[in-house]
Amino acid sequence: MANERSSELPAGGMIIERGSSKRYKTGEWRSKRPEVDQDKCTNCLTCWIYCPDNSVLVENEKMTGFKYSHCKGCGICANQCPAKAIAMIEEGV
Amino acid sequence: MSKPLAVNGDTAIAMAWRQINPDVVAAYPITPQTIIVESFSDFVHDGIVDTEYVCAESEHSALSICIGASAAGARVATATASAGLAFMWEVLYIASSMRTPIVMAIANRTLSGPINIHCDHSDAMGARDSGWVQIFGENVQEAYDNTLIAFRVAEHMKVRLPTITCIDGFIITHALERFEPLDDDEVKKFVGPYQAIRPLLDLKNPTTYGPIALPDYYYEIKYQLAVAMENVFEVTRDIMAEYAKLSGRQYDLVEGYRTEDAEYVVVAMGSTSGTLRYVVDQMREQGHKVGTVKIRLFRPFPSDDIAAMLKGKKAVAVMDRAMSPGTGGALYSDIVQSLYSMEGAPKVTNYIYGLGGRDVMPEQLEGVFEEIMAGKGDRINYMGVRK
Repeated sequence: MANERSSELPAGGMIIERGSSKRYKTGEWRSKRPEVDQDKCTNCLTCWIYCPDNSVLVENEKMTGFKYSHCKGCGICANQCPAKAIAMIEEGV
Repeated sequence: MSKPLAVNGDTAIAMAWRQINPDVVAAYPITPQTIIVESFSDFVHDGIVDTEYVCAESEHSALSICIGASAAGARVATATASAGLAFMWEVLYIASSMRTPIVMAIANRTLSGPINIHCDHSDAMGARDSGWVQIFGENVQEAYDNTLIAFRVAEHMKVRLPTITCIDGFIITHALERFEPLDDDEVKKFVGPYQAIRPLLDLKNPTTYGPIALPDYYYEIKYQLAVAMENVFEVTRDIMAEYAKLSGRQYDLVEGYRTEDAEYVVVAMGSTSGTLRYVVDQMREQGHKVGTVKIRLFRPFPSDDIAAMLKGKKAVAVMDRAMSPGTGGALYSDIVQSLYSMEGAPKVTNYIYGLGGRDVMPEQLEGVFEEIMAGKGDRINYMGVRK
């Protein structure tokens, strides 16, 4: 439970802090998780462009996996991947 | 001071907007409000104002555009009535929750059905709990004056709430009356430049407006509205005092007429208050101790002012130009709860009246006085209906 009093919150609940969504772990929402097959991946980074939650990890221009703390499992990456390198795997199975 | 003019209530509001020159107006025309946006769009077309005027495809969209513009940092106005206000219903709550100080003119018109374009207050009563300040005007002069006051109240740093100004559809919106506008530069000075709080267009200070608030935050954000509404009383009183110095017209949240020594009082909002003053004068001549109270500020409801004004009266009738089928009118409920804790509180009865634009005749209001003077009348009465 939050602690802030009504009088301490910005009017209308507006968020004036930058990057606060980092603290909101939307990964808990996920029912399916994306998994990449690195043998098929061409590092075109289409998934990185499309991901609405900035959850595709990239190092040195190479796609290295997903940030599961924030990935909601929407599946847009898998849908858009031209190499069909991303599969959506049922969570908890 | 400008010369007196003869205009209708809608035009007087459009003239106030012209002088204020809002950054954005988004609206959808609906009778009997149409003259407001029609007149104002003439000003836009002729380059008399530099307002960004958006003719939206619906009222739902119009108010959504207003919210976006206000969050972006603009001074914003809109207008609607009846079904148009009903169509805004969902968005009304978002405007107040996001604390966007939009000013909206409502030309009070009943809600369908049966379909009807004439005056009653059922549209405004539907917005009662939406977190908007609501100010009612009696005549063309007040349509104009309340508009200027509304911008100051809405935008006040202790308030920051969207604000509605109401006038009775057709009765005031379309009737020509004598009124005195202020000079353009007087209005500019009174209203002042718009001060935005963390506008979306301030790219150096990025802000998220209207984020989700689940059970851990929703209540605290809603409570902010209760606090802001509480501030409206003092802020409005101060602004009205300032306006009185400028215009010579002194307004109050609640205004009594010959109430000081009155034993019997009838309470109303809107144009009926004028008729009531006439009836009070007539009955005073016959020796009856009667008075009338006009509610100018309906939300927040000035309970303390009303209690002070009605203390010691023998009986009070509350006129509601809207009905909540199955119980009394909203104004009646508010007045009764304002008086409940008072020792020896007056007997209060409710009169539903004037629905769908039904004319309100002085003799009928005299009948209301006679009924409460005789201790007659049900708890809820339906004035003038053919039962």
